[in-house]
Amino acid sequence: MLKVKIEKQLNDFYLDVDFTVADETMAILGASGCGKSMTLKCIAGIETPDRGYIEFNGRVFFDSKKNINLSPQQRRAGYLFQNYALFPNMTVEQNIAFVAKGSNEEKKAIVEQNINRFHLQGLEKSYPTNLSGGQQQRAALARILAAQAELLMLDEPFSALDSYLKWELELDLAGLLEKYNKTTLFVSHNRDEVYRLCKRVAVMNKGVIEVVNDRYTIFDNPQTAAATVLTGCKNMSAARKIDDFHLYAIDWQLELTSLSIIPDDLQYVGVRAHFFLIERDDSAVNSFRAHVDKVIENPFSFIVMIRPYNTGCQRMLRWELSKNKWQQLQNKDIYVSMPPEKIILLTK
Amino acid sequence: MIMDYSPLIVSLRTASLATVIAFITGIYAAYIVINIKKCKGLIDAILTLPLVLPPTVLGFILLFVFGKNSFVGQILMHLGYSLVFTWEATVLAAVVVAFPLVYRTTRGAFEQMDKNIIYAARTLGISEWKIFWRIIVPNTRHGIIAGIILAFARALGEFGATIMVAGNIPGMTQTMSTAIYSAVQAGDDAAAVFWVLVIMSFSFVVIMLMNFWLQRNDNNKMGLSLGNGG
Repeated sequence: MLKVKIEKQLNDFYLDVDFTVADETMAILGASGCGKSMTLKCIAGIETPDRGYIEFNGRVFFDSKKNINLSPQQRRAGYLFQNYALFPNMTVEQNIAFVAKGSNEEKKAIVEQNINRFHLQGLEKSYPTNLSGGQQQRAALARILAAQAELLMLDEPFSALDSYLKWELELDLAGLLEKYNKTTLFVSHNRDEVYRLCKRVAVMNKGVIEVVNDRYTIFDNPQTAAATVLTGCKNMSAARKIDDFHLYAIDWQLELTSLSIIPDDLQYVGVRAHFFLIERDDSAVNSFRAHVDKVIENPFSFIVMIRPYNTGCQRMLRWELSKNKWQQLQNKDIYVSMPPEKIILLTK
Repeated sequence: MIMDYSPLIVSLRTASLATVIAFITGIYAAYIVINIKKCKGLIDAILTLPLVLPPTVLGFILLFVFGKNSFVGQILMHLGYSLVFTWEATVLAAVVVAFPLVYRTTRGAFEQMDKNIIYAARTLGISEWKIFWRIIVPNTRHGIIAGIILAFARALGEFGATIMVAGNIPGMTQTMSTAIYSAVQAGDDAAAVFWVLVIMSFSFVVIMLMNFWLQRNDNNKMGLSLGNGG
């Protein structure tokens, strides 16, 4: 169990986070530079918060009131850096042996166990510069486990890899997380990785954790504008409440119906690019005739940038649909609708 | 003509000891300065100053600090010791001019090192002492060795501060540089040319050594240059 409640003044914002992680893998989802890495560094003891409290499995790492501030060596948080940070002057084997504790025989056993666990056989005598990104990551994980870290923190573990390798490593990591069942913090800006690897997600924006919830709730009902964007919603508009079930989307110049009761302090409305429905005409709920601005071809889908027809609305909406469906629409007037149950209502 | 080779011996002994002292103090100073947060610029300026000050100014300051009338000089006198005009004074002068070279190059090398490697070592429970000697120093050795070579060359050529605090006593504090000065004063051109050639050859070899070292550093990335160790 990891408890974190810290504050720190940073250059462009104020870091103020408060969360708890049980023996689980929790994600911190946030844009680059939102304070995710700084939070991990404060937990590991590399950076010092201005005030607050950090506790892990009953051990107080940091308490500004009692002047407790354990060194990184005393905390021993397993921190997987974005660039893996292997010691360049040591081989894979030496990297692992260097952090292992115990007699020479015990060290040897730890090295062997972790070399096997991470499929590093044959690379024992290689130096980090001669390893691929994936091999470096496995070596770095082997080193963390050899140091017997109880807490695992993964800082954008796939950002330095190309997409093919990324997928293989993600599968490896998913297996590892399942097997070792340690308290794990997974930091990423990639909603797909987060959704696949973690059951619980904290959304971070400008130094503040805005929402913590299970992944289904976060993706269905993100609650804040930042969370909506981070979970991949491409279409957002400022909005005003009309009555309990009707609202006006200011940027899109559309009146929309919602299935849930609209809060009085409604600020934004969002709809995901996949959730538009094709209509015959504009008689359905939330439907409008679409003016097509741009069509962008993806390998297996089309992204169509649309605007409500003849309204003078300047804000484009992003609509993603299969190649098949788009081809059927050629040379027709296009009508789409936003299903009322798919409309995301946001108050902040 | 019978040549007195003592300036060569004095110079080599002085430069060697001075380089060792400058190495130890220089890398520690570099390590401390990169880790401090307050007054970094001021401390850095003080430590770098001997690099740019005229050696006569350094000589004057050393006399002021260690001379017979100074506080330190008085303490040394009570202990029955006087530093001025001794061989130790030549070493002191050489250390002062060589130190900033080690400090500067080492600091540059430390700062270029990936901070995450040091952070990772800390989170993995490695002590600061071990991090310094087993990770920072081996990974910045190219910069450190370049600094040592420069420091040795500078110590070997030191003149101004040396002649002020250690004098020019043949067989004791007369180095190759001060020997040239004496030879020219005495009109002994042959001796002057001899020492000029010796110093030039030494300096040339030292610079070649450094170029060779830096080139090796460029060609072989870390790891490869370590052979198949482990």
